Amino acid sequence: MNKEKFNIVGKPVVRQDGYSKVTGKAKYADDYQFDGELYGIMVRTNVSHAIIKGIDFSSIENHPSITAIITHLDIGGSKKVGPIKQDQPIFCFEKIVTPGDVVAMLVGENEVVLKELAKKVKIDLEELPVLEDTSTALASDSILIHPQYNSNLITHYPLRRGNVEKGFKQSDEIIEQTYTTQLIEHAYIEPECVTAIPGEGNIRIKIIGSIQNPFTTRRVVASVLSCGLNEVEVIQAELGGSFGGKDDTMNILSARAAVAALKLNRPVKIKYDREESIIESYKRHPYILNYKIGFNKDGKIKAMKIDLLADGGAYSSMSPFVTWRSVVQATGPYQVPNVYTDVRVVYTNNPYTGAMRGFGSPQPIFAIESMMDEIALKVGKTPFEIRKINGFKQGSVTASGQKLSGHEVTLHKVLKKATDVSSFNKKWNENKNSAQRVDDSPKSFMNESLVLKKNDFIPPDNLWKKGIGLALSYRGCSLGAEGIDAAATYVSIQPDGTVYLLSGLAENGQGLKTTFSIVAAEVLGISPEKIIYLEPNTSRVPDSGPTVASRATLMGGGATKNACEELKNRLSKILLKEWKLKSASDLIFANGIVVYKGKRPKKISFDELIKTAYSKGVNLSTIGWYSGPKVHWEEETGHGSAYFTYVYGCQVAEVSVNVGTGEVYINNIWAVHDAGKVINLLGAEGQIYGGTTQGAGYGLWEKISTHNGKIRENNFDQFLIPTSKDIDAIHPFFVEGKDKFGAWGGKSLGEPTLELTAAAIANAITNATGKRFFNLPINIEELLLRKKLYPESLKRGSTS
Amino acid sequence: MKISFVLNSQNMSIEIEPNIRLLDLLRDKFNLTGTKEGCSIGECGACTVIMNGKAVNSCLVLAGQCYGAEIITIEGIEKDGKLHPLQENFLKSGAVQCGFCSPGMIMSAYALLLKNPNPTEEEIKDAIAGNLCRCTGYKQIIDAVEKTAKEI
Repeated sequence: MNKEKFNIVGKPVVRQDGYSKVTGKAKYADDYQFDGELYGIMVRTNVSHAIIKGIDFSSIENHPSITAIITHLDIGGSKKVGPIKQDQPIFCFEKIVTPGDVVAMLVGENEVVLKELAKKVKIDLEELPVLEDTSTALASDSILIHPQYNSNLITHYPLRRGNVEKGFKQSDEIIEQTYTTQLIEHAYIEPECVTAIPGEGNIRIKIIGSIQNPFTTRRVVASVLSCGLNEVEVIQAELGGSFGGKDDTMNILSARAAVAALKLNRPVKIKYDREESIIESYKRHPYILNYKIGFNKDGKIKAMKIDLLADGGAYSSMSPFVTWRSVVQATGPYQVPNVYTDVRVVYTNNPYTGAMRGFGSPQPIFAIESMMDEIALKVGKTPFEIRKINGFKQGSVTASGQKLSGHEVTLHKVLKKATDVSSFNKKWNENKNSAQRVDDSPKSFMNESLVLKKNDFIPPDNLWKKGIGLALSYRGCSLGAEGIDAAATYVSIQPDGTVYLLSGLAENGQGLKTTFSIVAAEVLGISPEKIIYLEPNTSRVPDSGPTVASRATLMGGGATKNACEELKNRLSKILLKEWKLKSASDLIFANGIVVYKGKRPKKISFDELIKTAYSKGVNLSTIGWYSGPKVHWEEETGHGSAYFTYVYGCQVAEVSVNVGTGEVYINNIWAVHDAGKVINLLGAEGQIYGGTTQGAGYGLWEKISTHNGKIRENNFDQFLIPTSKDIDAIHPFFVEGKDKFGAWGGKSLGEPTLELTAAAIANAITNATGKRFFNLPINIEELLLRKKLYPESLKRGSTS
Repeated sequence: MKISFVLNSQNMSIEIEPNIRLLDLLRDKFNLTGTKEGCSIGECGACTVIMNGKAVNSCLVLAGQCYGAEIITIEGIEKDGKLHPLQENFLKSGAVQCGFCSPGMIMSAYALLLKNPNPTEEEIKDAIAGNLCRCTGYKQIIDAVEKTAKEI
């Protein structure tokens, strides 16, 4: 299937939406303006956990700047929403459970005045103890954050395979370690924005916004308005980044705007500034990861006992799905005969957590990949060797009992490629020999200050230590047993041979408009420039599920290919008849021409053929459908075929660590990914550069911390994401594993690129310093002091 | 108050409220929405424009400060329907993903090339260090600026 010759697939292609984006013409949500539009401004409290006794608007309700005050009383349909558990109110009316909570929305023309008025609303609150950590929230006597459920536990996924106790008995050695990962923000550069416009005709409401999943938004808005799905039209504006982050928040903002717009019969816009965006939007789950691994002297792993505890924050959001991916992938890409895994996610009063690029994989990968290196050191092998011994091969069985078959298992290929191109083994050994191994038990540091003393003087020549580290992963593609997996693409060839394309999946900046155009152009044998990708609109194309889980290329690519092949068949039939041929297999569609290479060769231009087709009344529009094969999961045992196919990746990070200041500089990242067939080389490389950079930020700098549930880092002056100066070089490589799914086996790349980087950097730091670090991010304090430092209060500069 | 200034090579005169920012002036009064707002505190660089030959965060400049100034925005660098080489190379290098940072990023690079037509890689990184991009990892952006410097 990869033997086919391609004309466009796999080559660098300029983005469909590129021209409008480099000229400033692209219209993002806040670039739309509507006649008579009003602004919606949120009313929040200053607490993290409380019962709402009453809200008093009397001091502001007659103010001339207020057109309306919208609360839960204006909602005719669902007052609470959520993708799995409906626990999140559109406007809070019973309780405040986290500081991002909104009790009302002031609507009017002047944002600035409304923001001042919002502070004057009197909210009568009975404050409750703030649950900040997961273990307190799980205690049997803990106060319930959502009293309608009988526990603060959101979900618990067990996975049992073999006999773990027996496995430990048979092991020569056992290591048990605890790792933690931090809360982080998506940090899309465009903050949230949406406008709801009262509909015309049968459409009740039209929504235009920075929306990641238009069909999910439509479902939520329709349920809040208590109307039919076909009465809500959701249009995705050009999206200024999402990374999983413009889902739940945007659905709720859209619903608030819709309720207000219908009440006032005027367009209502909600536009967040960065602070509001960080305070209200969901984040990546912090995890506490406890791993106990038994292995033999030869490095073979015998048993793993894994306990993962995730902080879901105040609302369940996507937590059950995020943590489900963790339970599937917790052992890493290794053959382990005995596994005992528990993954729990818990309600707290912290900012809620949900989908973010990686989706439950970066956390366990950091832990398991750190431990693989620890095991390697114990048995005197290199990180490469220990992974070679234990890594999945073709036909290996995963922890959930799924046999890896039907696709090429390229784990060892990516591992070898990554270690070869980076000269990993040689460098790792050299660095290891120059770094003194320090006791890796975190306990020994508890009472010891690591601040340098006088006699700890380090000569300037010895300040910088080099380290190299690797991380390896496998990743289930698409939704897996999370949900129904299907996607649609509409393709319509116009009489002049130009083409309209529209998929039910959404362009989030990752470039799917371009990817799908390439797929269509390849099948039809035309230039991608002849294709126009239409504005994403829920009224024009079938629901294709959410644009998440790195599923767009796989599912939407498959649907696009199916649609175009159907049209190609129709065109071929015409030629079979005209040219009196027996089989369409000798017809070649390429470079805008259709050629028959038989005894009597024939050819026709694509445009001419389209003219002929129209003259014969042939339908040249169709909707292609692609649905994934059935997968299953047994919740009680954690057994099942979690995903229908997988991708594999290996990243190597080379760093310089300043052992005096704790600074880590990233010299090189080699990223080797099997994403299946690469459709757009430029886009694929872009995914690697961007994903590894985000992963590096996760590993070294990014952290949202809370104080009584309230966020300290609420803008980019404190929440530090990588800049142009933080990474020296990233080297992308592709290994194209064969697969029968998607378009020519084109699979997933967006998330695999991110999930490995922090783990590879952590291992590189250990290689440089001889110390193991257990808590992300490994910022300068962590590196020098093994703890995080925070200001005592939330005050900063001139703001509070 | 009334201010006069040059905007994308055109003389402009406009009555404004004294407390509005250059960013608001561009977006709300002139409908030049290519200049974006990402953080409002001068950290993300999405609102970068050229003011008297230098890259500035238009969220930190009061409109009144622009009296007599020459302002260039992303909308002002495409000439006669032909993309500026920076824009062209951003496209060819894959330097654009979601595109929200692109206008500001291009303006920072534009300011760099105004004063330094042959920048080193380090100088390019310095010039765009105040422009945050969450999608691209900067590599293809730096490539695009390097290519442009070689061409012009």
